[in-house]
This record gives sequence, C-alpha cells and structure tokens, in this order.
Amino acid sequence: MEYILIFITAIFVNNIVLSQFLGICPFLGVSKKVDTAMGMGAAVAFVLVLATIVTYLIQKFVLDAFGLAYLQTIAFILVIAALVQMVEIILKKVSPSLYQALGVFLPLITTNCCILGVTILVIQKDYDLLTGVVYAFSTALGFALALIVFAGIREQLSLVNIPKGMRGMSIALVTAGLLAMAFMGFSGVDKGLATLFGLN
Amino acid sequence: MNNFKVLMNGIVKENPTFVLLLGMCPTLGTTSSAINGMGMGLATMFVLICSNVVISLIKNLVPDMVRIPIFVVVIASFVTLLQMLMQAYVPALYATLGLFIPLIVVNCILLGRAEAFAAKNNPLSSFFDGLGMGLGFTIALTLLGGVREFLGTGKIFNLAVMPEEYGMLIFVLAPGAFIVLGYLIAIVNRLKKA
Repeated sequence: MEYILIFITAIFVNNIVLSQFLGICPFLGVSKKVDTAMGMGAAVAFVLVLATIVTYLIQKFVLDAFGLAYLQTIAFILVIAALVQMVEIILKKVSPSLYQALGVFLPLITTNCCILGVTILVIQKDYDLLTGVVYAFSTALGFALALIVFAGIREQLSLVNIPKGMRGMSIALVTAGLLAMAFMGFSGVDKGLATLFGLN
Repeated sequence: MNNFKVLMNGIVKENPTFVLLLGMCPTLGTTSSAINGMGMGLATMFVLICSNVVISLIKNLVPDMVRIPIFVVVIASFVTLLQMLMQAYVPALYATLGLFIPLIVVNCILLGRAEAFAAKNNPLSSFFDGLGMGLGFTIALTLLGGVREFLGTGKIFNLAVMPEEYGMLIFVLAPGAFIVLGYLIAIVNRLKKA
C-alpha cells in the first residue's frame, strides 16, 4: 500500500517537472514532438532507476561507512556521468535497437538535474533500497507523462497563429504554467489515499 | 575596457536566463520571493566565478579527452564548499533553497561558461565573465522573484506594497513561475527589437 501511495504521489501530486521544477531543460528542450518525448522519457526512466540503485549503495557502503558524507555531491555526479557512459556503451553492444531509440538522449541525461536531484532526495528522505527504486521509477513515469502531454500540446501549438513576441520559449512557458495548474488539481489526493490505506 | 565589455555581455547581451535560456530549474524553482531568487543567484555567481578562474588556470594542464569530467569535478568541489559555507553562516537560506544548492553542479550555465569561455581565455577575463554571467543570472532571478512575490503576496523584499488580500497566491505556486517567466521573456524579446 505504501508503494502505491508513493507511486501516485510521485506521478501526479508532486510531479517532478511541474511542481518540483527538476528536469526543466529536457522538458523545454525535447518536447517539440511526441516521439522524441517518449524516447527521452524511456531513457530517463532507465538511467534514473539504475542511478538510484548505484548511488544508494555508494552512499550506504562507501560514504556513510567512512564518514565522507560531505563528498556526496561530487561522488554522485561522477557516478551518474560514468553510469551514463557505461549504459551507452553496453546498450550499443547488447541491444542496438534500444540504442537506436535511446542513444541520442543518453549524453543529455548527465546534466539532467532530475537524476542528481532524485538520487539526493532518496538519501534525504531516508528510504530503503526498494522504496527508493519505486520512488525513482514513479518519478521517471511522472517526468515522462509531463513531457509527453506537453509535447502533444506543443505539436498543436505549432499550428496556431501566435503574437510575434510570444513565439518560441515564451508561449511554451505559459503553456507549461497552465499544465502545472491542471496538475495542481491533484493536490490533496495523497492525503486522501493515505487515509484510505490507513497510513496516517 | 575589454573586460568591461565581457562583464556587460553577461548582464545584457547574453543574459543567461532571458537570452540564452540556461539554468531553468533553479530559475523557476527558487524564485518564490525576491530574496530567495537573489540568494540563489549569488550562490550560483560564487561558484561560477571560482570555477571559471580555476578552469582558466588549469586549461593547459588538462588533456582534451577528459576535460569535461575534470571541469565537472572542479565545479562540484566549489559547490561542496558553498554548501558547507552556507550551512555555517546562512542556515535559514540554505534550508529554503534546499536541493537546488547541490543541483548547481548540473546547472548548464556553469559547464557552458567553462567550455565556451574559461577554457579559451585568461583568468582575469574569465573572472569578469563569471561575474557578468553571475550578475545577469542574479538580476534575472531577483526580478522574477520580485514580480512573483508582488503579484502573489503584495510584497517586494518582504516590504508590503499592496494589501495582502489583493495578492494572487497562484503566482507564488508552481504555475506562476512558468507564466511569469514566459511573459518576462516576451517583454525582453519586445525590448530587444526596439
């Protein structure tokens, strides 16, 4: 039950992009077409789950064990960068078709702040490994959902006659604002579910 | 004179927020009030200046193949330093900005300037580039924070300007960040043409 609650909260209530402002760069950058949005969403889900597992183990068995918690930021960003490189190399060998689909997005992911953000959040929230993975996976789904919905809207938007000064990033941001407003409608759902499951 | 031009370039012509559109996450995430926006801007500026100077000093020692990871380590070290300093001297601001302080590491402005400017120029110009870009970022964040705080609560820098009940809470919440930034960019686009 706890996992279902985390799942729904991370996707709808505390959506990583629209209410926590992490991963805005790819959200604005690769959201012009639904296809690329799906590819990016899948790549993020894949790397985020892997990165959460690896950084969790490093935090518990290296940083905490040797009292090096202050090196967290440096350690995590290096691990994520190395991991992304490794995933790229492995995918190329093992599954060329998956590499074809995700390949272009992988290098972009290193500087996607939702990866570093989520791995730090998992440590901060003191989750155990399984809960952390559930949280990471649902966050990635939330990211993909926001990205795909937004890409769908932008595809329509490109057909509309927009005032000159508002074209491009400006109208995209206002649209994202309206989308965020729609997602605000989910606020409170997490508390209702917690009561329903008897978790308070 | 040349350094002055570098400085102004970051503030006006290549403003990281309004023109280059870099570093959107902290821009949107920390600007619920003018003071938070300014704090985030100054924190980023500190890291930007330090990393720019150091990267410009070591640029000839770094092999081209591994330069990106090394730049990232330099940036991450200064971010860690900043985290410790802020925890010690401004714990309240550190708590408000929260996750966005460690996330300075993945702010595209830092790696962008390291790669585009510091790796090619001398330490002094790199310092001014960091200062200019940092100031441009700080001004943009303060402006965005100020507008959101004013529309949302009727205050600017915690000073009441308008009765609080006229404030529209939505501007302090998530959607307001996107909408206000969207309109500010539209205004900047308009001004650029004039």
